[in-house]
Amino acid sequence: MKAAVIVFPGSNRDRDMLMALERAAGKPPLAVWHGDADFEPVDLIVVPGGFSYGDYLRAGAMAVHSPIMREVAKRAQAGVPVLGVCNGFQILTEAGLLPGALLRNARLKFVCRDIHMKVETAQSLFTAGYESGQVVRVPVAHHDGNYFADDETLDRLEGEGRVAFRYCTAEGEFDDTANPNGSIRHIAGIYNETKTVLGLMPHPENATDPQLGGTDVAALFDGLVAALH
Amino acid sequence: MKAKVHVTLKTGVLDPQGKAVQHALHSLGFAEVGEVRQGKFIELETGESDPTKARAAVEEMCKKLLANPVIENYSIEVEG
Amino acid sequence: MAEAKNPEITPELVAEHGLTVEEYARVLAIMGRAPNITELGIFSVMWSEHCSYKTSKKWLRTLPTEGPHVIQGPGENAGVIDIGDGLACIFKIESHNHPSFIEPYQGAATGVGGILRDVFTMGARPIANLNALRFGAPDHPKTRHLLAGVVAGIGGYGNCIGVPTVAGECQFHESYNGNILVNAMTVGIAPTDRIFYSAAAGIGNSVVYVGSKTGRDGIHGATMASAEFNEDSEEKRPTVQVGDPFTEKLLLEACLELMATDAIIAIQDMGAAGLTSSSVEMSSKGGVGIELDLGAVPRREEGMTPYEIMLSESQERMLMVLRPGREDAARAIFEKWELDFAVIGRVTETGRLVLTEGGETVAEIPVAPLVENAPEYDRPWEPTPPSPEIAAQDVPARPADEALLALLASPDHCGKSWIWHQYDHLVMNDTVIRPGGDAAVVRVRDTSKALAVTTDCTPRYCYADPVRGGAQAVAEAWRNLTATGARPLAATDNMNFGNPERPRVMGQFAGCIEGMGEACRALSFPIVSGNVSLYNETSGKGIHPTPVIGGVGLLDDVTLAMGIGFPDPDLTILLVGETQGWLGCSAYLREILGREEGAPPPVDLDAELRNGDFTRMQILARRARACHDLSEGGLAVALAEMALAGGIGAEIPAAPEGVPLHAWLFGEDQARYLIATKNPVAVLADAEAAGIPVVAIGRTGGEALTLPGSAPISLTALREAHEGWLPGYMDGK
Repeated sequence: MKAAVIVFPGSNRDRDMLMALERAAGKPPLAVWHGDADFEPVDLIVVPGGFSYGDYLRAGAMAVHSPIMREVAKRAQAGVPVLGVCNGFQILTEAGLLPGALLRNARLKFVCRDIHMKVETAQSLFTAGYESGQVVRVPVAHHDGNYFADDETLDRLEGEGRVAFRYCTAEGEFDDTANPNGSIRHIAGIYNETKTVLGLMPHPENATDPQLGGTDVAALFDGLVAALH
Repeated sequence: MKAKVHVTLKTGVLDPQGKAVQHALHSLGFAEVGEVRQGKFIELETGESDPTKARAAVEEMCKKLLANPVIENYSIEVEG
Repeated sequence: MAEAKNPEITPELVAEHGLTVEEYARVLAIMGRAPNITELGIFSVMWSEHCSYKTSKKWLRTLPTEGPHVIQGPGENAGVIDIGDGLACIFKIESHNHPSFIEPYQGAATGVGGILRDVFTMGARPIANLNALRFGAPDHPKTRHLLAGVVAGIGGYGNCIGVPTVAGECQFHESYNGNILVNAMTVGIAPTDRIFYSAAAGIGNSVVYVGSKTGRDGIHGATMASAEFNEDSEEKRPTVQVGDPFTEKLLLEACLELMATDAIIAIQDMGAAGLTSSSVEMSSKGGVGIELDLGAVPRREEGMTPYEIMLSESQERMLMVLRPGREDAARAIFEKWELDFAVIGRVTETGRLVLTEGGETVAEIPVAPLVENAPEYDRPWEPTPPSPEIAAQDVPARPADEALLALLASPDHCGKSWIWHQYDHLVMNDTVIRPGGDAAVVRVRDTSKALAVTTDCTPRYCYADPVRGGAQAVAEAWRNLTATGARPLAATDNMNFGNPERPRVMGQFAGCIEGMGEACRALSFPIVSGNVSLYNETSGKGIHPTPVIGGVGLLDDVTLAMGIGFPDPDLTILLVGETQGWLGCSAYLREILGREEGAPPPVDLDAELRNGDFTRMQILARRARACHDLSEGGLAVALAEMALAGGIGAEIPAAPEGVPLHAWLFGEDQARYLIATKNPVAVLADAEAAGIPVVAIGRTGGEALTLPGSAPISLTALREAHEGWLPGYMDGK
């Protein structure tokens, strides 16, 4: 699998993502600078976490206007898989590649801790390594992760099986204490119509290494490598 | 000419910051305060001298960058 | 020059600049004439306590600063130690106390930004941030607001720039009501052959300004940081700088990119006193002159005077001397990162700092006397009278379970996850041991190694007995590193004290330094960098002496990093070190009995070294499954923390004879550790052979902690006590 990680001014989990991808794929991914207009063909594009442009104005709002994002949008529409994590998720919603928006956390504070999320469906490129309904532990680290969309959009997302992950307790229950940011219907991640674009708030790249306290999300990267080999 | 833009969350979008401000005002004794909505205020020099053109330019800026239409409304004031 | 720009230098103006009559006479002697306002401003900041260490120098000199692995001791932007594999660890702690009291969010944020710059100026990529915080009494009306703002500010800066905040401490005491302490530490890694220093060299070489533009931020911050507060200090709000972590992230990446080339001869960040201290430092260290054209300095505001430009504390700026011909390549890097880049001057052979504007000289000062003839004081001091020793049997006993729950729910000893959940402690993907334990452990990329990092101080001990307290702060930092399996290498100190013009306060300073020096020497734990913050005093009331020690240790094999949580049931719990049951000055006395009195526990440095080396050896031999050092709250609090961290209980059947139970459980004797092991026989045999006091005290298992003579306390009850206080307090309860 050849992957590309897009680097914006202010990206800060680009290195983490490069490490996780290299671990899974066995070779280093491409780091693509936001100012570039083009890059070589790849099997997967990742928009990493961080604070692109300082999150000033709105998280992700300014990164959307980088030259590289036109190319990312074009390839996403052509079916190249795109993964947006945290700030990357915010950028993909701002770019209109995913519906909805990420608001300030309901408790207003930045939150960094391990949470649990349920894999809503194993029927996607990204979750082929899981069982539907499986609960995985993964860290979050964000200030604006409170997913919002209107009811009509949410009903459509649910109806089309496009809710990727939901926050839950370790036992798989949905309740407010298990939801770190107040996101609507406990949504942690969603797909586009073709399930080739995934945006999620938690950090899979920080949960693939046994030394760092968890490998629950290694399967996501391993599954991608197997599928995109 | 200068323009002032107010960006606010749409009604129906939960505004946790507004809620926190309302709560704080209540605890300070402003018991009669009703709903509080927090937004952004942006002041910019448009570089235009014609008010209609200035407004049209700022309208574009709002659509493209300054506001996110999924969650936010905006209003524009052109000065002068 | 216009009249208003160059006012007459009156005695009042001199006094407003914090210079005494004697100091001003020294200025006149150096200049051979009256200075103008810009020159007066420069003397004022360079001779402030903050920049000149005029009160503390005499004492700081007595600290050990050398060791086989020390590459650079105090005197540069940060200390540097060799960690092998061609890598160096660069680290320092620094205070931002006064600005954080006046504007907690920005004060704390810019404190983090400043210490990060100190470390990456030297060529290091920062890999961990820490902080040591002290607030006033919880019931003081400002405490909640200050705590919320400081924590948000530290998080706001560190989270955005993407350096994990991995460890710290937070305590409360009424002595900090008017003077909170915000000490921030950064640890970075650089190749040993690419460490950058600040000495300017090469006559004619360009002096380059990079980073953000200069505005009127924080003018006179350095002198503010060296003055006592009074009731109207909050009026000083406009002098607080505003941080821009996004720009600093760009500056960090741009500097590291340029540092990978050979373009830089010298580099210095513009911290307190901005362009003044950076240009003076660079020329003084290099023994050269510097000429700056102030008209070329990138500016954010119009009409700034030379005085304002030189004294501005705008953040996220650096000054560099470049190798001839490298300007364009350097400019290309900074422009790629959308940062300002301006050649603003050159290195000269005059030994003078010359400032021009529009071709006219606006200030000229000989650098060597400005630095070398800075005042230095040997202030009168008096020792703190000894506190009475309190015998354990004279301290009333409370039921152990009640006392433990009360301690765990007390402001100083409760869980601080409300704070560190707001810090991104995982970014960079190297955090092996997360916040909440003894020391945090972060991996050193591309090696098998890891660094353990911690900050520690027990101000209550320092107040009662500065010498003992100073030694204890060092010993505890050393112990916290040891408990993770790391070999402690070196430390950085943040000396926070009251008004040194009071002999009692000066005596506290001298005493703490004496104790620290003894401990550092005994433990081979040199101080390689540090910061002094004096005048932490409001309306005549000073803070408790607070010499915070930031320690760094090395693990050669990251897989050996040890946590505090009980990982399994049926492990034997061993207590390493002697327990006499020292309750004087203890948390038990303060929190349970409401008494802050008595002599603090003695620090036997020989025992520290032996017990610590023994404990580390057991960890490295993979005999320990969990390890925790004993500190405030003693054995009982340590057991509770280990049980909570692992989610597994423990049973301690009986206390030994000869020590009252409450003193055994809550005494704060030093040089002690708890080890949970599967193989107690081997550990005890080693201990016997080495002559180390080690006893088995109980076993892990179950869902409760059972102390001798008490009913089991469920983990749920322990957790509610430990985790409940801080969130409840912050919610206004």
